[in-house]
Amino acid sequence: MLMKFIPVFKGADFFPHDLNLPFMKFKGPALALSIVAMIVSIALCATLGLNYGVDFKGGSLIELKTKSGDANISALREQLNGLGLGNVQIQQFGAPDDVLVRLEEQPGGETAQQAALKKVTAATSGSYTERRVEVVGPAVSSELRMTGFIAVAAGILAIVAYVWFRFEWQFALGAVVALSHDVLVTAGIFSLFRFEFDLSTVAALLTILGYSVNDTVVVSDRIRENLRKFKKMELNQLLNLSINETLSRTILTGMTALAVLLSLYIFGGEVIRNFNLAMLLGVVIGTYSSIFIAAPLLGYLGVKRDWSDAAAKAVAASTKAKAKA
Amino acid sequence: MHFTRPKIALILLICLAGFLVALPNFFSKETVQSWPSFMPKQQLRLGLDLQGGAHLLLAMDQDEIKRDWINNLRDEARKVLRDAKIGFTGIGTHGLTELVVKLAKPGEEDAAIKALHKVRQPIGNALLGSGAYDVDVSAGSDAGTVIIKESEPGLRQRISNAASASIETINRRVNNLGTSESTIVRQGADRILIQFPGLKDTKELKKLIGETAKLTFHEVHPSISAEDAKMTTIPRGYKIYQSDKGEGETEYLLREQPVVQGSDLADAQPGFDSRTGEPVINFRFNQIGARKFAEFTKDHVGRPFAIVLDDKVLSAPVIREPILGGSGQISGNFTVESTNRLAVQLRSGSLPTKLTIVEERTVGPSLGADSIAAGKLAGIIGGVAVVCLTVVAYGTFGIFACVGLVVHLMLTLALMTLIGSTLTLPGIAGLVLGVAMAVDANVLIYERIREELRVGKTPVSAIDAGFQRAFVTIADSQLTTLACAIIMFWLGAGPIRGFAVTLTIGILTSIFASVTVVRLLISYWLKAQPKGRIATVPV
Repeated sequence: MLMKFIPVFKGADFFPHDLNLPFMKFKGPALALSIVAMIVSIALCATLGLNYGVDFKGGSLIELKTKSGDANISALREQLNGLGLGNVQIQQFGAPDDVLVRLEEQPGGETAQQAALKKVTAATSGSYTERRVEVVGPAVSSELRMTGFIAVAAGILAIVAYVWFRFEWQFALGAVVALSHDVLVTAGIFSLFRFEFDLSTVAALLTILGYSVNDTVVVSDRIRENLRKFKKMELNQLLNLSINETLSRTILTGMTALAVLLSLYIFGGEVIRNFNLAMLLGVVIGTYSSIFIAAPLLGYLGVKRDWSDAAAKAVAASTKAKAKA
Repeated sequence: MHFTRPKIALILLICLAGFLVALPNFFSKETVQSWPSFMPKQQLRLGLDLQGGAHLLLAMDQDEIKRDWINNLRDEARKVLRDAKIGFTGIGTHGLTELVVKLAKPGEEDAAIKALHKVRQPIGNALLGSGAYDVDVSAGSDAGTVIIKESEPGLRQRISNAASASIETINRRVNNLGTSESTIVRQGADRILIQFPGLKDTKELKKLIGETAKLTFHEVHPSISAEDAKMTTIPRGYKIYQSDKGEGETEYLLREQPVVQGSDLADAQPGFDSRTGEPVINFRFNQIGARKFAEFTKDHVGRPFAIVLDDKVLSAPVIREPILGGSGQISGNFTVESTNRLAVQLRSGSLPTKLTIVEERTVGPSLGADSIAAGKLAGIIGGVAVVCLTVVAYGTFGIFACVGLVVHLMLTLALMTLIGSTLTLPGIAGLVLGVAMAVDANVLIYERIREELRVGKTPVSAIDAGFQRAFVTIADSQLTTLACAIIMFWLGAGPIRGFAVTLTIGILTSIFASVTVVRLLISYWLKAQPKGRIATVPV
């Protein structure tokens, strides 16, 4: 009865299904591009390094809000530089009355960080209130760096183990290369543009892993299904077909994910902006890698073609022999 | 596409229960409290990053614990050997974990070892008796020496005990701050985590826990001054103490073993000196402390004694007459504020070691509120965008998918509320990924239905095949993400863990909400159509 009130209308099936885009034609250049991107990213992280936030580098981050009026950043800079706390970074943060102050890790161990914070508080308490304080000592920052790294690596391993268990080793290899690509290139972009890399970025990397593997598995699933269905189709052609068949889903899911992330990026506030930036990058990179890395790799590695019975192979062999004769 | 009656009832029941449990999260605490008693009232706890508050990670000083222990052991060993009438020329320390006893007469090693067994203490459950002790006593490699060595489990137990004692003391101290919802837990071997939601100013908190507040009363050396002792030698059992007024002030030569300790205090209150009007602490000893203090003051009339706080001498008044009542007054370099705090610290007991802040994260309540407001706005706009996209792309079935999405969000919130997890900013990220995966499940199903329709299947069998075929893919992709989330929970630090929890719950509920619930809706829709005359599938 309730169903009567729901309007019956078809959705806009706006994505053409018979495009049959020749993805596999570009597999060589695409793979080459991905490999170059990965190497450049590694080189960037090794030379330029990542712009670690306080979580990983140690030191202090203090968000200040003026008690009235806009913040006078140059005056604040002069005042804080006079405290002898090494390099003090000051930047406006979102609103004009909001300032972010970063202190590098102070020499002298754990207690030195708190002493530095006290100096800043004393110097600014006249005209600013503290909205947020993050102080991470040397011991904790190195631990966080370690756990962050382990979490990402273990995340990839867990995914690979599952894909291996559900599919063939070639699929697992494709997935691990695609996922490593996503993480490396995102890190490379963060290094190149000096975006701050902290715990929330690691959370974003993990989210990207989740999204990217979801994409890879959907394509892989279709490849496996088509392998059963078209026993004799040439492998590259079959991979191309599978990517095309899942393309409308890839694009629609990607669009919804981007819509949510864009709205979080624009309206979600300054604190999680970095996280959302990493996520936006990751969704694009992750979608790219499922289509242009994970699937084409299968074309190079070759896959077990016979998913149903051993006999088909024999038949194929005999027809081949007959054709030769 | 057929659902049996009990199955339908079960699905509806789960949805209803989810809605009811999630409901309190959409209202203020006050509104929820006024609801009738049968309604669930539990709300999701917000993380410190969302509601504001302080997060402090403190580290204990392991070396200090070791030093205290080795000093105590040495005193005990001395006493035991004296009682057993075994002569020794000295007890030296070797590092922070070993004592070397040099015996006066070689050949008494066995007797000494037997006597020194008294200083050992069994580890672990005393009733079961694991047979292990906190120290090992054995003959040294040189003749005439005995080694007392602290064992690794013994040290662990010391650190563990110190951590529990610290947590109790901190609890008592922070109770005076007036906010009740603090959590103080041990983390790892030698760290303590304090979380204080809603705390506006951390300075007072940091000062309260920043000092060990070890109060001791010492005998001042009757004839040698600190200056003289520095020139010549410091007599055995004595030590030079600094004044709390700072460097360069008078130093004191005091007997290291205190007469009375802060643990013998029954009460301490801030007050003012009746003559000078300066802030002081009025204290009262318990029975044991009062007796010890009375005996000491009786024997030392006309001589000074020193009141020492955290190894700094506060004052060294001269005993004019025996103090028999067990109460007194401490004056020092105090302000009204510092006497207030010191009184709290003295009443709460001293910390076993100094605590160092190794990590601090404080979020002011205004920033937390801003984050929530921004999150709400972004969530609403993002949600509207998803609904629009889904309905435009999939028509009537798109509406069903949106209903499934609402169920998904409600169930996720409900489960999080039930297991009492905390919602943090990274947790919201997990929630977003969960929504994306739930949407993806529907996209997979609907695209599949369209494919089946294109190859010419009838509407009912296309819908059926769409659900069946897409389910394999959905299960595979969700299970891989689940594997990833579980590993993250297992290995990750705080914020990553919050993310993993919401993601896991999101995945678990999305299969039910996006597949089962949507399928039920579609089966209802099919039933409502005139029999055998479904012209188009509104997908």
